[in-house]
Amino acid sequence: MDRDGTSIDYFGGGADSASGKNIFMRRILTWLAPSIFLGIFFFYPLSRILGRGLDPAVLLDGGTLRLTWDVFLFTLYQAALSTLLTLVIGIPGAYLFSHFTFPGKGWLRTLTAIPFILPTVVVAAGFNALLGPRGWVNLGLMGLFKLDQPPIAFLYSLGAILLAHVFYNTTIVLRIVGNAWGQLDPRLEQAARVLGANPARVLRTVTLPLLRPAILAAGLLVFLFDFTSFGVILLLGGPHFATLEVEIYIQSMQMLNLPVASLLSIIQLLCTLAFSIFYSRLVTHVSIPTAPRAAEERLHPARTARQRVFLAGMLSLLFIFFVAPLAALPLRSVTRLEAARGQRTSVQSGLTLDYYKELFINRRDSLFYVPPIDALRNSLTYAGMTVVLSLAMGFPAASALAKPGKLEKYIDPFLMLPLGASAVTLGLGYILAFNKPPLALLTWPWLVPLAHSTIALPFVIRNLQPALAAIPDKLREAASTLGATPLRVWWTVDWPIVSRATLSAAAFAFTISLGEFGATSLLVRPEYPTLPTAIYRFLSQPGGLNYGQALAMASILMLVCGVGIGLIEAVRLPGTGEF
Amino acid sequence: MRRLSLFVLLIALLLSACAAPAVGTPADNQPQTLTVMTHDSFSVSKDVIAAFEQANNVKLSFLSSGDGGTALNKAILSKDAPLADVFYGVDNTFLSRALAADIFEPYNSPLLAGIPDAFKLDPQNRALPVDYGDVCINYDKAYFLDKDLPVPATLEDLTQPEYKGLLAVENPATSSPGMAFLLATIKHFGPDGYLAYWKQLRDNGVVVVDSWETAYYTNFSASSGKGPQPLVVSYASSPPAEVVFAETPLKDAPTASIVGPDTCFRQIEFVGILKGTRKLALAKKFVDFMLSLPFQEDMPLQMFVYPVNQNAKLPDEFLKYAQVPQQPASLDPAEIAANRDKWIADWTATVLQ
Repeated sequence: MDRDGTSIDYFGGGADSASGKNIFMRRILTWLAPSIFLGIFFFYPLSRILGRGLDPAVLLDGGTLRLTWDVFLFTLYQAALSTLLTLVIGIPGAYLFSHFTFPGKGWLRTLTAIPFILPTVVVAAGFNALLGPRGWVNLGLMGLFKLDQPPIAFLYSLGAILLAHVFYNTTIVLRIVGNAWGQLDPRLEQAARVLGANPARVLRTVTLPLLRPAILAAGLLVFLFDFTSFGVILLLGGPHFATLEVEIYIQSMQMLNLPVASLLSIIQLLCTLAFSIFYSRLVTHVSIPTAPRAAEERLHPARTARQRVFLAGMLSLLFIFFVAPLAALPLRSVTRLEAARGQRTSVQSGLTLDYYKELFINRRDSLFYVPPIDALRNSLTYAGMTVVLSLAMGFPAASALAKPGKLEKYIDPFLMLPLGASAVTLGLGYILAFNKPPLALLTWPWLVPLAHSTIALPFVIRNLQPALAAIPDKLREAASTLGATPLRVWWTVDWPIVSRATLSAAAFAFTISLGEFGATSLLVRPEYPTLPTAIYRFLSQPGGLNYGQALAMASILMLVCGVGIGLIEAVRLPGTGEF
Repeated sequence: MRRLSLFVLLIALLLSACAAPAVGTPADNQPQTLTVMTHDSFSVSKDVIAAFEQANNVKLSFLSSGDGGTALNKAILSKDAPLADVFYGVDNTFLSRALAADIFEPYNSPLLAGIPDAFKLDPQNRALPVDYGDVCINYDKAYFLDKDLPVPATLEDLTQPEYKGLLAVENPATSSPGMAFLLATIKHFGPDGYLAYWKQLRDNGVVVVDSWETAYYTNFSASSGKGPQPLVVSYASSPPAEVVFAETPLKDAPTASIVGPDTCFRQIEFVGILKGTRKLALAKKFVDFMLSLPFQEDMPLQMFVYPVNQNAKLPDEFLKYAQVPQQPASLDPAEIAANRDKWIADWTATVLQ
């Protein structure tokens, strides 16, 4: 990877270079791998399914158009509202993580990333255990105030959708904005203070403008995720709400109405493209390279009373939003509430490890029994491959985008498209594209990490690009002038600055692959089950043991994800200490 | 450079993967592979499959492809280059779509003789019945006992004020039991009357959710999710499943089904040989195997469905805890296919909007 970096970092800065042809060739080479990759595994299957379904006649049908318009408006509305709320919680959170040290910080940071991987069914179960009609909060309130009815009606409301979106996506803001904030040069803010600006003014005129690229990058990702939301809408919003993605699913999977499904898919893709173009316009105006600092420089414990209040407030907020719903699941997975159902009077409750033990027993001798170790191994293998693949594709792409030429300005929005493609549409596209030679890949186990990588790639790029763009050329020039070889320049200047973003990108790729269910369910073979597919298998049959095992498996998934992210973030990359 | 080599590696992998599954005549002792496309709920015992594999020198490969509707749509979309040799899991609500798409090869299996004619919905035997199950309303026994409330016995009862807000159903647009229950009401009240009934249900606080998983585990009070509704649209085989998968041995099922006239809808699942298969003889053997006793008797406790083969014995849990409706609702598959989308759209407009 390091040599990749060396070969590409000088494209943009090389305007003075004599060999324009050489630069051009390098640019082509840079884009070759990502574009062939996306071409085969994203654009080709997509074009197959859209080509199959496209039918201009749907544009003449009034009923279809009205449905499309209503669904589009709701999709836009809930995504905008969700993104706003996520930023409102995420930006102060990013400040917290980039400025303060406090006990348990590493844990909390890891914890906020876990929702990102959890299957929606599991998240719904967590929220239900906490906020449902017979969840702990309602039972507590009913006991406290002697109420007959649960006071909080949480499920099946717009509020549930918004809360779940915040729960899922805040980690994106925490990470991307937090990383950028930690590396801002504090001298700029100090200078403004010395010149007489009050803190609010410093924030408004110095800090926020400097953070704008990171906030926009995070905002775009959050928005696209909310815009294409599927499981949250179905499970927590209920059938009264439908986004484009939900309607695509109903039209293509239930009604086999490909013309309408294709129309909706194209609208969703065009919107994604439009938002991405809008984003790149905004972001290219404000790329101000500063001298990034080591992240540790800003960190300190809360000192003043005001800082302590902020810290306490933020921590309780994060606790309510993340720790409580997450803790509900593992707690429930070791709690027995079920003994002697049917005779309500003698409900025994207590702690049990039965569900975990049961995971290792193939009681019905089923051919499709999933040993937990196997599911774990498959999940980790896929996740590892996704990390390697998406970083290998994403690094050159992000480097080129950090110093965009004309070509990059056109390419950039298209790289975000995988986030806007409906998983259902793409899954059907894979069936059409890869079911006969020369691309008979459908039963090929590698197809799963490849599909995951198309989704992870936009994340990797959006994580790396702001970090790479923040490196001032003069640092590199200074190092070169002092006699450093290009490799050494990259190693001592670029790498320390982008290493943190690289880890963050790796963590995203890892979690995306670990939790992804949509594409996996369409592509996976029963011989290679992943943890999420195993969870769904348990939940598809009645019975207390199945439910308990699903929660146990979900707790294992959470643990694996937590350990994985923890390990990735704890890595002290070689070279970073020198900075 | 390294990027290039990684890329070369990728291409090489691609090519090798493309080249691998060359279909030809395998050596005599080498087992052939038969691919079966099915839905996610498919399950079978290891030894039952192993016996078939050994007897026929074949390796079975199962391709699970989403829920019933999704799997069928995949089979239809890939019909020019079929992904599998056999498709199992199309039900009577989707049967006409499968037959209209012409994806199946007819096969007059000798084992059809042991199956009652009522299950044979395709006279040309392109789709052969394998199993059936009844979508019924399940109730929480303890709830009705505690509240001293009579269990509703008919569809009409559910609109009574004492059952306000007690019933959870699935959205027919996204769930197959939801669709089955909608069809039961259409059978009972007629295509002109069912919407009025649903209007009454809506006014009586019926809760609609997206999927069976949500309805059962989040809304139903007798499941481990401990939801608020004591009535849920599920299967007649769910009570025995509650016993089989209980955490501690139960003396009795905590739930039961309402088996009044037309309160249940009968779902029949079919198997078919996919057109374009190059292993027709083997595919026929597999279909015979699915209709034969070892498989038919294995199904109930694996998939919680009933065997269509009259000679198949039922497990004790089914005999004890599952009720069989005397008068399950059913509709002509052709009528379902012709009206499916319209019924769903009208239902959505009435109940959800």
